[in-house]
Amino acid sequence: MNAPIARLFGVVILLFALLVVFTSRWTVFQASSLNNNPLNVRTLLDELHIKRGQILAADGTVLAKSVPAAGNTWSRSYPTGSLFAQPVGFSIAAKGEAAGLEASAGPDLRGVQTGLSSIFGQLSPRPVGDDVYTTLDPNGQRAAQQALAGRAGSVVALDPSTGAVKVMYANPGYDDNNPPTKSSVTDTTFNRVTQGAYAPGSTFKIVTATAAIDSGMYTPDSVINGNSPITVSGVPLSNDGDKSWGPQTLTTAMTYSINTIFAQVAEHVGRPTMTDYMKRFGFYSKPPLDFPPFELNTSKPVAPDGRPYPPGSPNEDIGRIGIGEGGLQVTPLQMAMVAAAVANGGTLMTPHLIDRVVDQDGRTVKTTSPTVYSHVMKPSTAAEVTKMMEKVVEEGTGTAVQLGGISVAGKTGTAQIGANGSNLTQPAFVAFAPADHPKIAIAVNVDVSNGGFGGTVAAPIAKGVLQALLANGG
Amino acid sequence: MSARNRELLGLIPASLLVTAGFAGVFIQRSNALSNVSLTYGALFLGLCIAAHIFIRTTLPRADPYMFPLVAVLASFGLVMIYRIDPTLARQQAQWFVLGLVLFAATVLLLRDYRKLERYRYVIVLISLGLLVLPRLPGIGYAANGAYLGVRIPGLFVFQPAEFAKIGLVIFLASYLRDTRQVLVQGGRRFLGITFPPLKQFGPVVVIWGLAMATLVVLSDTGSSVMFYGGLLAMLYVATNRVSFVVIGLIAAAVGFWYLGTHIPHIHARVETWLHPLNPRLYHAPLGSYQVANSMFAQAAGGMFGQGFGQAALTLPNGGALLPAPQTDMIYAVITDELGLFGAVAVLMTYLLLVARGLKTAMLARDSFSTLLATGLSAMFALQVFVIVGGVTRVIPLTGVTLPFISYGGSSIIANLVLVALLLLVSDRARRPA
Repeated sequence: MNAPIARLFGVVILLFALLVVFTSRWTVFQASSLNNNPLNVRTLLDELHIKRGQILAADGTVLAKSVPAAGNTWSRSYPTGSLFAQPVGFSIAAKGEAAGLEASAGPDLRGVQTGLSSIFGQLSPRPVGDDVYTTLDPNGQRAAQQALAGRAGSVVALDPSTGAVKVMYANPGYDDNNPPTKSSVTDTTFNRVTQGAYAPGSTFKIVTATAAIDSGMYTPDSVINGNSPITVSGVPLSNDGDKSWGPQTLTTAMTYSINTIFAQVAEHVGRPTMTDYMKRFGFYSKPPLDFPPFELNTSKPVAPDGRPYPPGSPNEDIGRIGIGEGGLQVTPLQMAMVAAAVANGGTLMTPHLIDRVVDQDGRTVKTTSPTVYSHVMKPSTAAEVTKMMEKVVEEGTGTAVQLGGISVAGKTGTAQIGANGSNLTQPAFVAFAPADHPKIAIAVNVDVSNGGFGGTVAAPIAKGVLQALLANGG
Repeated sequence: MSARNRELLGLIPASLLVTAGFAGVFIQRSNALSNVSLTYGALFLGLCIAAHIFIRTTLPRADPYMFPLVAVLASFGLVMIYRIDPTLARQQAQWFVLGLVLFAATVLLLRDYRKLERYRYVIVLISLGLLVLPRLPGIGYAANGAYLGVRIPGLFVFQPAEFAKIGLVIFLASYLRDTRQVLVQGGRRFLGITFPPLKQFGPVVVIWGLAMATLVVLSDTGSSVMFYGGLLAMLYVATNRVSFVVIGLIAAAVGFWYLGTHIPHIHARVETWLHPLNPRLYHAPLGSYQVANSMFAQAAGGMFGQGFGQAALTLPNGGALLPAPQTDMIYAVITDELGLFGAVAVLMTYLLLVARGLKTAMLARDSFSTLLATGLSAMFALQVFVIVGGVTRVIPLTGVTLPFISYGGSSIIANLVLVALLLLVSDRARRPA
């Protein structure tokens, strides 16, 4: 019986080899990804003894710093409090909780090395945390806080040419020195900019216009019948005030936000092409922001039962999606990316919050170089859509954002919320400025208004923030 | 050098290890080296030498490496448990002493262990009875949905499966010795596969079916896998028929697929095994928190570990960062503190012990002894594989102990009895003919 015993021992050796392989997998090969997993609180507990680096605004304003605490440990202090709470987030090592940049930039703030150096790094003393410089602009952030004036809603502004996030502000916020507990019912750490699910309303017409023109099926001068109501997917669809506009150009339809024209355009352009352009803008994917994945939501159409439609699903009401309805749910960040893509000649840059990482000796160890997320449309299309959006601000629904000497391209949106016939709306506005050489792309959302419009409620907020950002040279 | 002198030399590293280990934990704990660590080392060395003298007088020709390997594992286990909770370590040391007493009793009572064959049906009935105990109202209790333990209030708590595994191996070794010829020769070929004859194989199937059913009722999948693997190993060695093993594995695969999809707490274990980092499962009650933190602990250990006493086990609010560190998760704690190198060293120690057990099986001169040593070694190896495999996510996590290292009286006593049986077989095998 000795031969089978020897073979049995061979099997035992194989089984034990499997154990060694899996132990190596966790201890070496996947160690850094496990160490940096947001669920892993060990790193946070270790951090009690590590002096984390600072988080700073673009101008050097300190947004987060480490202060000595009892028993040789450190705790975090946030000098700007609720003003930057959404992007900066918080880190409470003792509770094992972290959010925002404090979570996503954790490895840099702790000075964690990766790859082969981590193996040898274990032999050396604990690393010192690095400072993280963000792209955030305190003036813009303050302007957003003032303009929202306590109303629930959000403001996000990007530099279209680089993807740098200049402003990320949302109400209600919280003081990150004293964040709400995870278990509390009203979790104000909810970040509307990256997690909010708004109906984009007419701001989405930028996407529909892009698909229509870039696919070659329409020009800004194409004439479409704007009578109201029409039947879309078997259900009547009306313009605002049930106004019948008669034959109008696509530009005019954009200027005055004519629903029936855009619904027809979306249906004619067709589901596959619309879906393709939505994907190019970033819909159907998590926003590519350097932010914790659990604080990023995907913008997509959602069925009445709450499940997202698969991209290009035949059950979508593409006509209504074309005017920002039909169950479409978007994050404000996504709509800012839409504006940024048009502003940057049709090329969408990957949004980012971290500008550079600087170690304690002042050496820049990492710099975020702007990267292209996608080529959404031809430059010629971008120029034409820009002209249409300028019209909106010059003479259409968005005149409230006019900045005097600086031309602004924008689009209003007003989603109906609540029961049918209710007066409640969700005003939105997306824009970029200056229209000829854009420096800022912005998306403004207000959660609830009693009968207000994107042009009357959201556009003035965008104006205030644009002024602040453009005043110091963008 | 005689076998016993080699054994004595082998005990030196074990004692050095326990002394150095306690010293390490002390330094970490209080930044001071207390002479208590030397006391622990001396006490442990004393115990081991007492056991060694006992083996020297009663089993002079037995394998010289087994006991030192056991001593290394047990001393290492004591250090780890001491580092987790000094009170538990004191209890564990008491269990170790009691285990040595039972070890001695086994050796003295079963000088001719082959008389066990006469009682094989009694033994198997007692073993099955033991397996059912945890389900009895009043004394049985469940942990994480599995009925693993028996509690006699005010007296003790024990895990019957640890003892049942020895009884089942004895029964199978005896039964297969009788029937192995018939199993091989009476087999029928069908579709190119040799199937064993039902008449002789029937009782094996029935009794193992009962054992499996009991385990399903108890929901103790870890022991179930261990027993079934032990059965297949013994069957293979007894018959040298790969086809029997293949049939057995297919049957097991079907069985475990069914359990994995139909028994809620087993299904939950499979889910947490596949998706431990899913935030929903992570935060769910009885979710993947334990498995995920096992991986996190191992990642924290890295190649060389954080050092004795450095692993984080509790949250600042007193909650468990790594639940059950002294039992199910002790391998993760070892990896955290001693790294991949330390963990592999522990696995190699187990592998050496299994190698000595199988070597004993090869040297044995009668079929019963060979099958007994094979079964005990295979069962021991599988127990290590099931728990370490669970902790490292090779397989779903189930609750069996890491022999000699995990905290737990039943485990350490049963495994010392197991080693006593192996030494008995070894002593007889090495006797001059």
